[in-house]
Formats: sequence, structure tokens, C-alpha cells
Amino acid sequence: MDSIQRPVLARHVRLVFSPTRQRHVLLHPETVVVLNGSGADILALCDGRHTVAEIVAELGARYRTVPDDEVRQFLTALVARRCVVLADG
Amino acid sequence: MDSPFGLLAELTYRCPLACAYCSNPLNMADYTDELTTDEWRRVLDEAGELGVLQCHLSGGEPLLRRDLVTIVAHAHDLGLYTNLVTSAIGLSRSTAERLRAAGLDHVQISIQAGEPAVSDRIAGIPSFRRKIAAMGMVKELGWPLTVNVVLHRHNIDQVADVLELAEQVGADRVELANTQYYGWAWRNRAALLPSRAQLAAAEVVVRAARQRLRDRMDVIYVIPDYYSRYPKPCMGGWAARQLTVTPNGDVLPCPAAQSLPLPRASVRAEPLGRIWAESPAMTAFRGTDWMPAPCRDCDRRELDFGGCRCQAFQLTGDAARTDPVCHLSPDHDLVTSAVSAANADSPGDDLPLIPRPHRV
Repeated sequence: MDSIQRPVLARHVRLVFSPTRQRHVLLHPETVVVLNGSGADILALCDGRHTVAEIVAELGARYRTVPDDEVRQFLTALVARRCVVLADG
Repeated sequence: MDSPFGLLAELTYRCPLACAYCSNPLNMADYTDELTTDEWRRVLDEAGELGVLQCHLSGGEPLLRRDLVTIVAHAHDLGLYTNLVTSAIGLSRSTAERLRAAGLDHVQISIQAGEPAVSDRIAGIPSFRRKIAAMGMVKELGWPLTVNVVLHRHNIDQVADVLELAEQVGADRVELANTQYYGWAWRNRAALLPSRAQLAAAEVVVRAARQRLRDRMDVIYVIPDYYSRYPKPCMGGWAARQLTVTPNGDVLPCPAAQSLPLPRASVRAEPLGRIWAESPAMTAFRGTDWMPAPCRDCDRRELDFGGCRCQAFQLTGDAARTDPVCHLSPDHDLVTSAVSAANADSPGDDLPLIPRPHRV
């Protein structure tokens, strides 16, 4: 994953807030991923405008405890599951 | 007790196809008093309040409900992820466009085999070419598409053709689901159960396709549990993550559970939330307290939840026994004898398939 790539949610997934659970969740045809606060923040920034580097920087600013590597690993895992796609530069 | 994530809304058991592996109940006549549009709206409202996030619109053939677009629009307005599970028979361009406008999120279209002659024979009507055309239309309208095929003795040798076809139509996901033996599939089990050699060959094809297509398409392979050492984690646990509402409003943890001797719970008599929390249909096997040996002492009890209650009931007559698929089950011979028959010198190739009726 390149720092200048712009992650965007795949067409078949949706990010919603579940009032029952008070959590954001990622919806997929057959699965649901319940997100923690930083996970939800990362996915909200996957809008096709922010680059990977910008998302990492933003998360670093919001949560001093979230290491850069974890943001990248989280995004990499979502790309591997085809929940997020990467648009080039 | 957690909130359920998914609602399987079985809108009708009417269907233009007659697949002998259908999971619909044998007593379809008991389900003809279908919920009205207003009743489905109320069910969806109550499901949303309960925390349901996904709504799978299924059947039978959901397109036979004239109010399908209204139901989809209502689910969409509640913020639910809506998934249409269809044969595609009846999916005209105008219906598709209205469903798209109503907010339908995802379409799953079945085929019955990898090529027309076998697919049409299993479906009971000429349907293969219409299905392929509908898949193209779904992609053209910008929907994500899952192609689904139920695998069994008569079509598993065509799994490479199915994968090629899914790739050609540009499917986002392909679901290769080995038959689960409930409903009509249970009745036809001897004729449907594939041999070990057939499964081994199919798995080689699936593994290669997963590797080749990993950037383009999800390849989901639902394993044949009769050949597994351990049972499937059925529904992620009894009444833990999903619920089903049948065409007449019965509420079940899964569609097969209508076969179990449990008291009926209906959305016509009680709110969905109370049924989920309190109804014996939901509480009977929730958690691990109900488990017999060997499950209750097993390290895997939170992994597979003792397997499938409906399968335990069908095979042993007691829903509270360990799923006989498990090699540790005292009833495991019930599964091995069926597997032996499927691998015998004169197996089920010539047995007749009993088609499910279109309607009752």
C-alpha cells in the first residue's frame, strides 16, 4: 500500500452507526464488522479524497496511542477482505 | 443475549423453480397465509429497533411478492443493508430499476449448474439463459452481484464452469455452497450427496480459482459438513446473530428450525423483540447450558456451538444431541453410513430426484 493512494469503501459495503450497539459497523453482503472508535474514524476517512499518509497523520493527531503501523495494517486487512479499494494518487 | 445482526425475511415459499435441494419445508401448505405488506413493514420496524442491520429478502422467490419494491424501500429507509436472494426469474428491467431506486444494496442470483442443460434440468424450467442475462443487467445497473450455486452430486463436477461464468458476468462474489440437508434436500439426500472423489476434485479447482481471482472476486466455498471432522458453527450459535421470519410470520433462529418440536412464535401474536428475548424457540439452545456430552466438556463448544440443532434432530430425533457430523458424537455412524452409501460401487446416480412443487 502506497502512501499517496486514496482508500475508498468498496461499492458493496456500507458504514453505518448502530444505535442499539452505540458503535459504527461495516456492512457487507454476508458479514458485519463492529468497529471501535479509531476503526470507525479510519473508515470515515476512506472517502477517496484522503491519502493513506493523510489518514495516518489524522489518526496520529486524534489518538496519540494509535501507532502509524496499526492504521496501515488495519487498512491492509480491509483491502485484503475487499471492503476497501485503493485509488491511485 | 446480544442483538441479532441479520434478518432473513422469507417473503413467500412460492417459486418458479423446482430444485430438489430446496431448503424450504416439505409442508409448504402451512405457510400460504402470507404476511401482508403492512405486517412486513411492522416486522422490519421491530427488527430495526432490535438492532438488525441486514435484511436478506428471500423465499421461495421474493420477486413473486408484488409489494417487494415497497418492502425494500421500507427496509432501506430504516437504514438496513438489503440483499435480494433470487432465482432472477421475473427480474425484468423495469422491476430491477424500481428496486434500484428503492435502495436495494445487493443482489444474489442462483444458477443450478455451470451449463444450460444441467442447470435447466435441476431448476425444472428453462432458466439458465435468463439468469445469465439478469446477471448482466444487475452489473449494468451498478449493483454488487453474488452468483450462488448449490453443489451436489449432479453438478459439483461443473464447478470450474460456474467459476468461469461468474468471472465472465463480472460477479463480485461467488458462493459455492455444498447442499445442506434440510427440507427437500433432506428428502433427496441419497441422490444428492456427492462422493469423496468429486469433492476432492472440486476443492482443487476452488483453491486454484481463489488464488487466480483474489483481486477481483470473493470465492466462498461452503464445506460439505457430512465430510468434516467437526460440525459447522451453525448460524454462529442458536439465536445469537440471526433470525428468520417465515412467510406466515413464524419467527425462528434459522429457516430449518421449523422442523423442530418447539412452541411456535409468531410476529402476528407478539413483538419481535419479546420473541427474540423470551420465546422458547429462541432460548431453547441459546448459549452452552443445554449441551450434552461430549460438547459440554469440549474445547470447541464456543467455536462450533455443538453444530446444528436441526441436523441433530433430523438424524437422531433429539435436537439436544451433539450434531452427528462431529466425529466425537456417539451418533456419528448415522453420517458415516450415508457417506459410505455415496461412495459405494453403485451410488445414488440413478436415484430419482423429487422436485419441490412450485406452489401448494
